[in-house]
Amino acid sequence: MKSITVALAGNPNSGKTSVFNMLTGARQHVGNYPGVTVEKKEGQCTHRDWRITFVDLPGTYSLTAYSTEELIARNYIQEDRPDVVVDVVDASNLERNLYLATQIMEMDVPMVLAFNMSDLARRRGLEFDLTQLSQLLEMPIVPTVGNKGQGRTELLDAIVETAGAERKERTHRVTYGGEIEDELLRIEETLGKTDGDVVARYGRRWLAIKLLEQDEEVTSKIRDRQVLEAVGQSVTHLRDILGDEPEIVMADRRYGFISGACQETIQSSVERRHDVSDTIDAVVTNRILGLPIFLLLMYVVFFLTFKVGSYPMEWLEAFFGALADGIVRHWPEGHAEWLQSLLVDGVIGGVGGVLVFLPNILLLFMAIALLEDSGYMARAAFVMDRIMHKIGLHGKSFIPMLIGFGCSVPAIMATRILENRRSRLTTIMVIPLMSCGARLTIYALFIPAFFPQHWQGPMLWLIYLIGIVLGIVAAKLLRLTVFRGETTPFVMELPPYRMPTSKGVLVHTWQRGWLYIRKAGTVILALSIVLWFAMNFPKPPADRLSGLDTQEARQEGLRYSTVGRVGLAVEPVLQPLGFDWKIGTALIGSVAAKELFVSQLGIIYAVESPDEDSPSLREQLRANYTPLVGFCVMLFCLISAPCVATVAMTRQETNSWRWALFQFFGLTGLAYAVTLVVYQVGRIWL
Amino acid sequence: MSEAVRVQEKPPQPLSTARAGQTVRVVRIDAGRGLNSRLASMGLVASAELKVVSNGHPGPFVLIVKDAKVVLGRGVAQKILVR
Ligand SMILES: Nc1nc2c(ncn2[C@@H]2O[C@H](COP(=O)(O)OP(=O)(O)OP(=O)(O)O)[C@@H](O)[C@H]2O)c(=O)[nH]1
Ligand SMILES: [Mg+2]
Repeated sequence: MKSITVALAGNPNSGKTSVFNMLTGARQHVGNYPGVTVEKKEGQCTHRDWRITFVDLPGTYSLTAYSTEELIARNYIQEDRPDVVVDVVDASNLERNLYLATQIMEMDVPMVLAFNMSDLARRRGLEFDLTQLSQLLEMPIVPTVGNKGQGRTELLDAIVETAGAERKERTHRVTYGGEIEDELLRIEETLGKTDGDVVARYGRRWLAIKLLEQDEEVTSKIRDRQVLEAVGQSVTHLRDILGDEPEIVMADRRYGFISGACQETIQSSVERRHDVSDTIDAVVTNRILGLPIFLLLMYVVFFLTFKVGSYPMEWLEAFFGALADGIVRHWPEGHAEWLQSLLVDGVIGGVGGVLVFLPNILLLFMAIALLEDSGYMARAAFVMDRIMHKIGLHGKSFIPMLIGFGCSVPAIMATRILENRRSRLTTIMVIPLMSCGARLTIYALFIPAFFPQHWQGPMLWLIYLIGIVLGIVAAKLLRLTVFRGETTPFVMELPPYRMPTSKGVLVHTWQRGWLYIRKAGTVILALSIVLWFAMNFPKPPADRLSGLDTQEARQEGLRYSTVGRVGLAVEPVLQPLGFDWKIGTALIGSVAAKELFVSQLGIIYAVESPDEDSPSLREQLRANYTPLVGFCVMLFCLISAPCVATVAMTRQETNSWRWALFQFFGLTGLAYAVTLVVYQVGRIWL
Repeated sequence: MSEAVRVQEKPPQPLSTARAGQTVRVVRIDAGRGLNSRLASMGLVASAELKVVSNGHPGPFVLIVKDAKVVLGRGVAQKILVR
């Protein structure tokens, strides 16, 4: 068995991850917008007697040192030297996609071209002479349809064949024209003298090209002053005679090489005409209609997850209710009553209380998957650009923010598509204000408890909208103060709309749903048990309970417990917001995971209430709090303290605890201020 | 380039002045090196043909460049000179 490593490179959204999944059987995230994959991912497969490790790289248009992803991709190819690089190109947009190919070719690694999206190319009336193109580019070309699994065997065959083949000197390569070639030769000659290790590693011609392009990273590797001087002279000389930066002229020449190769090998039987995507775009990205359509769409998404999800949610509630009743009824009288309470109040109250919202979570992630797969994501970024521009960010920042409506953790990772560090930090800071799926559980509990049917939709929408507006205001403030700086230029590709595949949507929905179930079964379960103990111990001494009826005794016991003491200690701080100590402790718990807020309230009210005929949690909430308090709780949960997973992710992505803590305390402070104003003003008003 | 040709051709205009539906050709891009190279990698180089799908006024631009739909901020569109 021979082992090889194969890298998958290509333009953003060309279908690399689809091809990766097809080859390895993995289920990595696929989406129809540029910048889905931001980290390199590995996977394995065996083919004939080869063991192949595939590495899915982030998509790039080029391999310069100007952006992080490009550097990651380039360094991977240069430093790790995979045995074969598969360039996954979008065959329906070949010329632009081959630009990257010409650069990989210059790195002198064995290559295979995967002609992905060949279905789309055919539909667009493109016909390729693959044999000839393959001869011109000196590499095998395999047509594939990544999302349908077509071309797998052929691609694997080409890969192992290329890996096993004898390396040959290229005969066709991009030639940059007399003047530039002369200078390249000059630089190559000076390179020969010193810097032997660098030359051996990267190859003379590639180094010369990068040096002439004034690539900062490569330039910093060269220690020989003579070389750098020679490069400086060449650049000045070329600028003079070409009237432009050499790197721009070199880009032109690459396109020249490509169009030369394409001219002979591509037949286009139809002109690019107005297609369905253009028709949809005429409406969806319309100057006047674009924003209302976006807002309406988001309303539909949130309202449907809430409304449609409420029916299965009721079934689940009934199921857990019956389960609890069953346990109580069949429990052997007088045996280990504490265990019964732990099971019924702690485990079912806590974990069941979270699991009932699984339908909502599934629907939410399904809706997000649909947005991602259809291609609307990039349009939303486009539509929001006008607003984002005013706050010193641009439309692309909105893509991670939209993902944040599902979960902040992947959203923070997705900010890697932003080129500018300050824009990126600003976006990371406000992402928790995009209300995530876990917080949806709090709204799904509270809104029906306090608001009449016809108010529920608008109320939910209001909460989400408050988050977005606060996010925008906070971003503006950050851009004016800590993260002041230039706005980066906005350049983004709008992919064609695609019909979301049911498999893609279901896989994505299920993955997120499974994460939720797993979280309920692990973190939430463990913490629910801990909380149950903390709510039952220490037990108050008997004399404190004398003269109290059962209900009062339970309340007294709760106040005396660890949780009660902590809650009562923080109560004075939270009282101005209208919160009592029970809400206070639940808020503390929710830092671990937002769902825990719901668990904890569930356990508190279960511990406090009688075992039989206990009213539902919603009824108890309604009896204990006013709608204003209910609203303030939602508001506070929306804004405050991101959960620990978010804090950890912010720390990882910003590479500093400082920003993670800044985010944590900043948002909590903001939550306090906003809720305080709303509660105090609301109290006068209502 | 002979005088005669130069007289015939209109002077280059920033892309931001182009109207929707127009097809224009890039003459020069006056952005910094980083942006220049990013635009080049997306097919925006001298002599590339662009079809203006919509001129945002005041939002971003939508173009078709080599079969792909690309959005450009207005700031970027001002730096691209077309004819
Ligand atoms: N019609 C068609 N669609 C495809 C094909 N391959 C992938 N897609 C779709 O193209 C979109 C992009 O696919 P991805 O695999 O996420 O692309 P990627 O190259 O990994 O993208 P980034 O990670 O953003 O760079 C998805 O909507 C896929 O379903 C194909 O061969 N034909
Ligand atoms: Mg990908």
